[in-house]
Amino acid sequence: MSAVADNYARLQALGVEVLSVSVDSHFVHKMWNDHELVKMVDGGVPFHMASDQAGNIGRAYGVWDEGQGIELRGRFLIDPDGIVQAMEVMTPPVGRKLAETIRQVQAFQVVRASKGTEATPAGWMPGDPVLRPGPDLVGNVWKVWKPSMEK
Amino acid sequence: MSEPVGCGRVSGAVSGEGPPPAPGPDTERKKEVLVTARVGQKAPEFAAPSYYRGGFTPVKLADFAGKWVLLCFYPGDFTFV
Repeated sequence: MSAVADNYARLQALGVEVLSVSVDSHFVHKMWNDHELVKMVDGGVPFHMASDQAGNIGRAYGVWDEGQGIELRGRFLIDPDGIVQAMEVMTPPVGRKLAETIRQVQAFQVVRASKGTEATPAGWMPGDPVLRPGPDLVGNVWKVWKPSMEK
Repeated sequence: MSEPVGCGRVSGAVSGEGPPPAPGPDTERKKEVLVTARVGQKAPEFAAPSYYRGGFTPVKLADFAGKWVLLCFYPGDFTFV
């Protein structure tokens, strides 16, 4: 979570609000913030740290681990209409890479701004060409994009 | 907005759900909450207690309507990754 907190300004600049959820109480969230996270991130965690001790939210999002009574590492990107556009769920030992989340936010924002007329190819980064799906693009993607263009 | 700080065990809940039925011999156990989060579908609404910038502030997904939201679940506070 400290990685997300540390990149909060970048996320805010993209108009993204952050919400974290775990089965810890909000009291424990406070202690974690005040005693550890504040030493990793200036000013501490700037977003809501929600508490889901009974796992109800985790169940609804498919990240509840019944055996351990915890929530798996799950990341959901929700658009301004409340639609889930992307999700990633991982077992606990491997952390997320926030740069990929930010890339996906930027890609989904391009698609949304185009009202669905544009799509971003594999490996797309901001500034790269986008695809405009339509009759002329069928069989012609190779003219505008190849796998070797992925950085 | 803040909420009273009590000693009870608190939790978030999927919004719109009633309280769980009282257990009894004739009461069927409530079915497991269905996983409803799917890409391309409406995100399940919820409300939960939260810690926010020094205070205890309830939060709902609906508070962020009209904005992009990054919702992150993680295994627990004071874990190492």
